[in-house]
Amino acid sequence: MTKAAHTNRIRESTGSKVFNVINAILLIFLCFLTLYPIWYCLVASFTATSYLSAHQGIMFIPHMFTTSAYRLAFTHPLLLSGYRNILIVLVVSVPLNIILTVFTGYFLASRDVLLKPVIQFMIMFTMFFNGGMIPTFLNIRDLGLYNTLWALILPGAISVYNCIICRTAIQSIPASLNESAYLDGANDLVIVFRLTLPLIMPTIAVLVLYYGIGHWNAWFPASIYLQDNDKLPIQNIMRSILIANSNLLNAAASETDKVDDFAETIKYSTIILTTVPVLCIYPFLQKYFVKGVMIGAVKG
Amino acid sequence: MAKSNAVINAHYKRLSPGKKIARDFSHNKYKYLMILPVLVYLILFCYKPMYGIQIAFKNFKVTRGMAKSPWVGLYWFEHFFNDPYFWRLLRNTFTISGLTILFGFPAPIVLALMLNEVRNSKFKRTVQTITYMPYFISLVVLCSLIKIYCQQYGLVSDIVSFFGGVKQNWLQDPRYFRIIYVISDIWQGIGWNSIIYLAALSGIDQEQYEAARIDGANRFQQMLHITLPGLLPTITILFILRMGSILNVGYEKILLLYQPTTYEVADVFSTYTYRISLGATTPQYSLSTAVSLFNTVVNVVFLLITNFLSGRTTESSLF
Repeated sequence: MTKAAHTNRIRESTGSKVFNVINAILLIFLCFLTLYPIWYCLVASFTATSYLSAHQGIMFIPHMFTTSAYRLAFTHPLLLSGYRNILIVLVVSVPLNIILTVFTGYFLASRDVLLKPVIQFMIMFTMFFNGGMIPTFLNIRDLGLYNTLWALILPGAISVYNCIICRTAIQSIPASLNESAYLDGANDLVIVFRLTLPLIMPTIAVLVLYYGIGHWNAWFPASIYLQDNDKLPIQNIMRSILIANSNLLNAAASETDKVDDFAETIKYSTIILTTVPVLCIYPFLQKYFVKGVMIGAVKG
Repeated sequence: MAKSNAVINAHYKRLSPGKKIARDFSHNKYKYLMILPVLVYLILFCYKPMYGIQIAFKNFKVTRGMAKSPWVGLYWFEHFFNDPYFWRLLRNTFTISGLTILFGFPAPIVLALMLNEVRNSKFKRTVQTITYMPYFISLVVLCSLIKIYCQQYGLVSDIVSFFGGVKQNWLQDPRYFRIIYVISDIWQGIGWNSIIYLAALSGIDQEQYEAARIDGANRFQQMLHITLPGLLPTITILFILRMGSILNVGYEKILLLYQPTTYEVADVFSTYTYRISLGATTPQYSLSTAVSLFNTVVNVVFLLITNFLSGRTTESSLF
């Protein structure tokens, strides 16, 4: 490959060189367009509010450097409870998601099970048809999950799409491995935990990430199922600070003069605080994400 | 081994249905044990709500409960189809979805083609890492960014006024809502959606390029006659799949972005479903359920049609 590229470069015509340069410039411009909105946010979060309100336009580095926006953000009682709630949701749901997904994947990958076609249809059907917003909402209320964190954990316990990814991974394990384990006296439960799970670890990593990011980014379920502000996860706190301009701020803003000022100061820092955890781990896990897309694509 | 399996199978086939079931359960009891919690989940959280769809055919009041509410037949559907909102919702859903496909679908293909032409692998990887990143930004943060940058004295106004335009609140102007929606969609998805095309590109036979070079084809001709045809099967499948979800508009994003001044261009079936029920002071549960049932059914029909077409044309279908 490198040799081919090398010989290619020797024979490169002027047209080809121009093509390369224009291509590179366009891609660099695309990267700039991608990064700048986030970079601006980072810069603005370290810039004094007085400077932000007085000056407009493009900024590349912080002016009148200050960390007061972050300090102020942490005085917001709901921001901390938001982090706490999302952590509870993550710690409880992700293991539950993984166990149920591996069980489903194992079941769907197995052969010679009489009821498999029926159960498989039951699972796949939910991908295309669902009760819709109101029946789902009424169901959550009837089950007594309304206004509890369980309403964020249980309804999304399984994603069928992720189950298919898991099944595909399990199908790639040679059947002879399972058979020899049976001969050694292992039952299916032992096989799942001792044999299957260690063999599909890369896929499990993908699933942990998919489920984890899904829970971290979700806001809609919490907005309809939770009533108490101190139960809301971080995304919903963000929404009330940045988008809905709701009265959630009043309590926290009593020490400052105006609600607007408070929101103005902390809006950039809260964006950075909720985005950074994901963006920091992302480059290291990129290859797993990409792998997940590939597995999904094979079946999709 | 194979022979003994055949013997077992022949023996198995002779068993009566009752014995077969008993044998299956004792053989696969741990498998059934594993799937049991999943079945409980499906019944409680997927199939029970489906049973609740009946309120679309009832005059449901929370105080009366589902069982005691009277049946009204197709009243809510007639009500909805005669509602002037119906056409607005239909128009907006198809327009927003159509624009997203028109501009959002080719964008990752173009990016993949451009990345494919990059010879320096370090540069290529950097561009990939950067362009995949927005995919992991949450919807709330994305919409917050849009809101901050589109306000009257925000970044967009600054740039527009630099080129001689007027400063205004862009998100409040019905003319710009769809543009903002589509651009932010592309911004967030272009890199991530290009992954699958890049994978397809790596499967193209490199010898074809060499042959083309010997025949004197330049880079652009190679792209046109080798790379694009190589991508075509992938493009076809993804396009058909995308058409299958044409009524699936990103309603969570619209809910975060729209406001009364932009309802005219932004309101779609799912946002309307929300606004007249959970987002309203006097919720109309039955009408809302009827609207969302209509949306789901049309979606499923579209999916079945496109799946049929995809099975016909590309021999690859979902089921």
